[in-house]
Amino acid sequence: MIVDSYRFLPRSFRPLYEGRGPFAGEEGPVWAPFLKRLAESRIALLTSAGFYVRGKQTSFDLDGERDRPEWGDPSWRAIPSTATDLGVAHLHINDEDLLADPEIALPRHLLSHLASEAVIGGAVDAHVAVMGYQDRNLRDWQSTTAPEIAAHLRSQGADGLVLAPA
Amino acid sequence: MNVPVLARWIEAAGIPTVVVTMMPALAEERRAPRIVGVEFPYGHSFGMPGDRVMQRRVLELGLRVLAGASAFGTRVDFDVEWPVPLREAYRAWQPAEPSPIVKKMLEARRAST
Repeated sequence: MIVDSYRFLPRSFRPLYEGRGPFAGEEGPVWAPFLKRLAESRIALLTSAGFYVRGKQTSFDLDGERDRPEWGDPSWRAIPSTATDLGVAHLHINDEDLLADPEIALPRHLLSHLASEAVIGGAVDAHVAVMGYQDRNLRDWQSTTAPEIAAHLRSQGADGLVLAPA
Repeated sequence: MNVPVLARWIEAAGIPTVVVTMMPALAEERRAPRIVGVEFPYGHSFGMPGDRVMQRRVLELGLRVLAGASAFGTRVDFDVEWPVPLREAYRAWQPAEPSPIVKKMLEARRAST
């Protein structure tokens, strides 16, 4: 079965997404081989659902996006695997299910469970959240956010990353 | 459309990645290294709220592709239909009010007609 990538997208939005090709300067292959066995590997998760830890972290900047609709907050949050009170800052999706069960976008507890069953070697202590809506050129993501996330993942001993666009 | 690009930058920094996405065709266009496609509504990459069995199946497929893909551009689609009627699911994922950019586009469209 081949997934229909546009099944849940309003029809008038499809031309905004389809046939855009690679991001400028990102045409060629990029490849980091996965060298270990999964059962010996530490895994991290990344979601673009805009999760943040309520009471401990600031929300993504939604007022900024309301003021400048082409702009999206390029910052990121480290989401501890044990954090309990997650908020959602994302103006493009209904957050009801995400708040009811954050595992649908960031399955931290499930990943820890797979570690306890030795399916994977372990889970990082702090996963990653970004807010998926960004301005077109992705300048801040490229210059700042991506290097910071890579450094965070290295400091967490991550052997691989599962990214889930919201 | 941005996360596959982020995946490339993290992969280029030496960390293997897999993108679990509702838009695998777009992840292919954006040249993500490893892709798992799911035909789920936005916001629900790993499945239905509370459905641990479905969430586990998606996550395990993601992990298998992460660890086992042998070549750049590998794509595997998850062969499970969303268990909610399309019209209902289509409505449910959308925010109560249009996002600022959609609002702006709608206003521009109204002004031009």
